[in-house]
Amino acid sequence: MNTNVVICGIGGQGNILASGLMGSALVEKGYKVSVGETYGASQRGGSVMSHLRVSDERERGVLIPHGQADIVVAFEPVEALRILRVYGNPDTKVIYDTRPAYPLGVLIGEDEYPALEDIAAEIDANCSESYALPATEMAVEAGNAKVANIIMMGALAAMDEMPIEPEEFFMALAQNFKGKVLEMNKEVFMTGYNAIKEGRGK
Amino acid sequence: MTTKNEPGKTYLMQGNEAIVRGALEGGVHFASSYPGSPSSQVLGMLGHIAEQMGFRAEWSTNETTALQSCMGASFANGRSICIVKQNGLLVQSDTIHCGALGGIKGGLVIVSSDDPDSHSSTNEFDSRHMAISANIPLLEPASVQETKDMIPYALDLSEELEQMVLVRVTTRICHGRGGVELGELPEKRPFTPIGEWDRMVGINWLHSFLLEKLERAREAFEVSEFNHYNGKPKAKNLIITGGTGMKYVLDSLEDLGIEDEVGVLSLGTLWPLPEKLITEHLADAEKVLVVEEVDPFLEEHIAAIAGKYKINIEIYGRNDIIPQIGELNPEVVTKALKEFMGIEDEKAPACGGEGCPAAEGLAIPERELTFCAGCPHRASFFILKQALRREGNHGVVMGDIGCYTMAGQRAGQYGYHFMSCMGSGISAAEGLGQLTNYGFDQPVVSLCGDSTFFHTVVPGLINAKMNNANILHIVLDNSATAMTGFQPHPGTGETAMGYETEKISIKALCESIGCPVWEADPFDVEETTQLITDLIRKDGLKVLILLQPCATLAAKTRAKKKVWVDADKCRGDNCGCDRYCSRVWGCPGNIWDFEKDCAAIDEVVCVGCGVCAKICPAKAIQVEGGEE
Repeated sequence: MNTNVVICGIGGQGNILASGLMGSALVEKGYKVSVGETYGASQRGGSVMSHLRVSDERERGVLIPHGQADIVVAFEPVEALRILRVYGNPDTKVIYDTRPAYPLGVLIGEDEYPALEDIAAEIDANCSESYALPATEMAVEAGNAKVANIIMMGALAAMDEMPIEPEEFFMALAQNFKGKVLEMNKEVFMTGYNAIKEGRGK
Repeated sequence: MTTKNEPGKTYLMQGNEAIVRGALEGGVHFASSYPGSPSSQVLGMLGHIAEQMGFRAEWSTNETTALQSCMGASFANGRSICIVKQNGLLVQSDTIHCGALGGIKGGLVIVSSDDPDSHSSTNEFDSRHMAISANIPLLEPASVQETKDMIPYALDLSEELEQMVLVRVTTRICHGRGGVELGELPEKRPFTPIGEWDRMVGINWLHSFLLEKLERAREAFEVSEFNHYNGKPKAKNLIITGGTGMKYVLDSLEDLGIEDEVGVLSLGTLWPLPEKLITEHLADAEKVLVVEEVDPFLEEHIAAIAGKYKINIEIYGRNDIIPQIGELNPEVVTKALKEFMGIEDEKAPACGGEGCPAAEGLAIPERELTFCAGCPHRASFFILKQALRREGNHGVVMGDIGCYTMAGQRAGQYGYHFMSCMGSGISAAEGLGQLTNYGFDQPVVSLCGDSTFFHTVVPGLINAKMNNANILHIVLDNSATAMTGFQPHPGTGETAMGYETEKISIKALCESIGCPVWEADPFDVEETTQLITDLIRKDGLKVLILLQPCATLAAKTRAKKKVWVDADKCRGDNCGCDRYCSRVWGCPGNIWDFEKDCAAIDEVVCVGCGVCAKICPAKAIQVEGGEE
């Protein structure tokens, strides 16, 4: 078994924490896991991605080869497209947050941000299954925009390719959070998990 | 996780965490560093656990002091680790050479993190060359597990040889994660008193001992468990890897279905090279591909070994079929393996790159780097540019390394003419400024940050004073080592272990050497622009400290003021200001409302500094409680 997941977004969205939690939960379960993080000097505002590679054979290199992502988890729609073009293949599945984050060039008026329906159309045409999930909105409803990353991890855990149960992810959460924060993270994780299981945004 | 006493248990660890754990398993007494990506987190983590685990961790003013502190600890048989990035290792160069000549007592390991592809650096220098130059042993791990295992090994080896040992890691190790099986945490060893006739001196009569130690290291490396062989025994097609090369090669061979056709020798002990081990494998091979990060270090030394032992063999690598620049990745390695094995490309790649159908879809915007919302540097460079323009002469602005290096781009009004290493601005400006006595007619301004000031600017400033320099030196004091993650420095008043320490005043230090000093706030746009104008017109050496804390730090303590645009006052594109707030000022908090055709504030991003309100020609931007 080998599963390659690219988790991508913008600096500050909690991408690296999310991939670390998922990776730790999988190691605890006995899988061979490697995670590669690409952020460089772009902690603030730049594109960030983590490569999560899960195997029951051996620990692989930290970078997923182009065209070999089984799942793309994107915290932002344009980032979903950017990553799918390089790492996707016709069998790739995509989960993406529908809330755009505009780059500086767009704010200044030099670049244009594509229409969301055009982004959705291109994603759908280039993958086997896609889920447009309003994770940030769901997080705001739950009381904290910052937990969108955990909602997305819930969504990822619900995919058939991921050998992980919610309870197993909760153990990794418990290593990092306590009390009310832990409970909230568990709750929002389940909203993401259930959304995918119910086929929301598909 | 790094402090858990659970031998045999496996955790997912980042490479930087593995360095921390390795240091604990190696029983370190002392750790020091100056922050530099990709290893900047290591000492911060060590600082947090130092009290609990009974050792000393320090942020040093620069890498030279960091290493010399380790040497001091080593003299009493203490074990120490010094963590730097590639530039920091170069800063240490003299200390490493002299220190290696004198040798050490307690184990001393330098971990140098290289940044191939310069993800968070200005360069991709290769640390490995230092080992040859200074005649010290060099190791490089191929995985996160090996990173953890190598640190205690390096400490043992260092102590056995009485020599410092260099461990080179790269970004993909530091910022990568993998499973790490924990080892034992040892009991702390007591120190050894330094006897009246004990010596630690670097002097040339020790040169032969230096070389003997290296030979002993070679013997140990011939049988080291950090060198592995995988794949076909006695392979005609041999691949030799260093560092991260191994995993990329194993992955690519599997993808290509040729894992049984080649042999892979992964080397973890890189200097001195285990010649016997290498020649044994070369003897069976017809050709070799060397896969390593950055320079053809192994490739050229393996070629030298082949020549020395008269082994006639073809050697490929960074000099030919692997690009000479940039980091390794699955694509580069797969392409090289295909060329090496003569495998034809059957079809275009399924996705990504040229020929990919998806690549011809929508145009998608890039995400360029910029200063954070509310960053004081944006205001400082805006002001500096305004002041120089007033002079009718754009002047010459010379600086160094920090967040403010981004001023060379749009973020800082393209405000930089010169940038080299840490501390480079002040002395380069001193030299250029002297030419104003000989007919050169442009104002010369140099810049540094507060952490950089302590790191390397002080000697440059003294040099400028002694030589009566004709420059304006600006310290962009944001009270933080912001770029690498807010590590303490001599001006912040705290230490790595969280203790308070007396703050060193940049102003007092400058005044003590006789420099006239001015202080101003870059958020006082008008007043500070006038001050800079006045200072540029003054002859001699002037120091201006622009004080305003880093916005990311300030956001944690300061109440955020609401900032908004009065849509009745904003004249939109009819104003004639050419969207001064969003286009020229360029703060991520200043956005444009395309429906209303007027300026707007992104309330999620804005930190409420209110500087944009001061530059809006229509006074349309409003700040809660009024300006200031």
